[in-house]
Amino acid sequence: MFGLLLLGIVVLLVVWGIASYNRLITMRNQTLNGWKQIDVQLKRRHDLIPNLVNAVKGSMDFERDTLTAVMEARAKAQTATGPADAAQKEGQLSQALGRLFALAENYPTLKSNDNVKMLQEELSATENKVGFARQFYNDIATKFNTAQQVFPTNIFAGTLGFKPSELFEITSEADRAVPTVDLSRHA
Amino acid sequence: MNLYEQQLSNRRKTWLIVITFVAFLFVLGLGFDTFYIGAAGGVVPVGSLVALALGSVSALAGYYGGDRAVLLASHAQPMADVMASAGDSDKLKLRQLENVVDEMAIAAGLPRPALYVIPDSDPNAFATGRGPDHASIAITRGLLDVLNREELQGVVAHEMSHVRNLDIRLMTIVAALAGAVALLSEWGRLSMRWGTPRRRDDDGDRGGGVLGIVVFVLWLIAIVLAPLIAQALAMMVSRRREYLADASGAELTRNPGGLASALEKIDAAVAPTELINRGAAHMCIADPLGRQMNLREGFLSDLFASHPPMAARIAALKEMAFQGGGVS
Repeated sequence: MFGLLLLGIVVLLVVWGIASYNRLITMRNQTLNGWKQIDVQLKRRHDLIPNLVNAVKGSMDFERDTLTAVMEARAKAQTATGPADAAQKEGQLSQALGRLFALAENYPTLKSNDNVKMLQEELSATENKVGFARQFYNDIATKFNTAQQVFPTNIFAGTLGFKPSELFEITSEADRAVPTVDLSRHA
Repeated sequence: MNLYEQQLSNRRKTWLIVITFVAFLFVLGLGFDTFYIGAAGGVVPVGSLVALALGSVSALAGYYGGDRAVLLASHAQPMADVMASAGDSDKLKLRQLENVVDEMAIAAGLPRPALYVIPDSDPNAFATGRGPDHASIAITRGLLDVLNREELQGVVAHEMSHVRNLDIRLMTIVAALAGAVALLSEWGRLSMRWGTPRRRDDDGDRGGGVLGIVVFVLWLIAIVLAPLIAQALAMMVSRRREYLADASGAELTRNPGGLASALEKIDAAVAPTELINRGAAHMCIADPLGRQMNLREGFLSDLFASHPPMAARIAALKEMAFQGGGVS
């Protein structure tokens, strides 16, 4: 009788252990996938920038410094290593783009150019997508971290090689202020 | 209620409605057998079997094809077609809509739903499908014209919440089955007009005769009231859901103000959405029929209004924005 009870408890523990382990694996994969989505969007943004610079170059020849600043910020962002570094360099790229769009205000030909408008929409959409991908990643990574840290999962999560995921934080005050890339707002 | 509970509740309610529907049809068939065939001395329950088969087939059809039927009925055009025939400035607006849908799909962590445009000048929108992997969002041309990017994002986030918590599955099946009930009830009434059922001449079974009449009357009432009940059901499933979708939509955009101002604009447009018919009314972000019932709260409104009062929804969203719900 006692032996049977013991066996039952052991079986329950094993089932619980397997279920928790599988849940953690699923969550880790979701978190990794969430991270990849951010990269996809950042890559897209980097790809769009040369098109924009080419489209406005003719009309904004005087603002050569601004255009170079954007391209330099892009180059830096592309070679960023690690989330903290990437967050900072992407922030600088956003600022450089913000300045470019602010200056473009002074060029009526640009403001009415459909091609430029479309590129602007694509860029601001990509900026939003980066933001939402980060938001989703943070949500899912927080769930993953919580699942590792609650009792009693915390007893074996560490030993099985699960590590808390790093969350995105807005590092500097300047990055906190997301530049608006909306020409019509000021017009 | 958290997301998981919402999904579970929607799954259960979908089953409940499908089972009720099939059972209801079975009762109709049983009545047919008893009063028509039975009287003629038949032994094979033709009516019951046909009703059961019909019920199962239409439930399956509603589950797998309900979204296409709703989209077809509201003349929704696929985004690719609309884009192909659009002018340059229109393309920008459509591309914006596509981007906004992408953004919200990313925020919700779901695949991008199919996108449709309804050529109607009244601002409205709905989502349909059987789950996040088979979902569609339809937006009227009017909505696209009046809303700015931020407001459009709010509306799409609201629809994406319906997709995520499986509201679309329940609402689509309700739309499909309510339509089927209305159709069947119409047939039932026609068949009654054509032929009066023969009574049993068996005098030895008087008690059974009285019971038979009572059951027959109940059966008639069921046929007549069915569409009304189906309608009330459709209304009931949608009312609380709108508040929930507003709130979880705001959670996706982290910007309750966008949806609030979109709802104000939608509310200000008084014209009914002509292309969205009665059967799909409960799926829309705002009642396409513009009924007075939606302005009130209470028992009757809970039964027959498909949407909560717009003012209450806007107030709730504004309160969220005021509390700083917009800052993450």
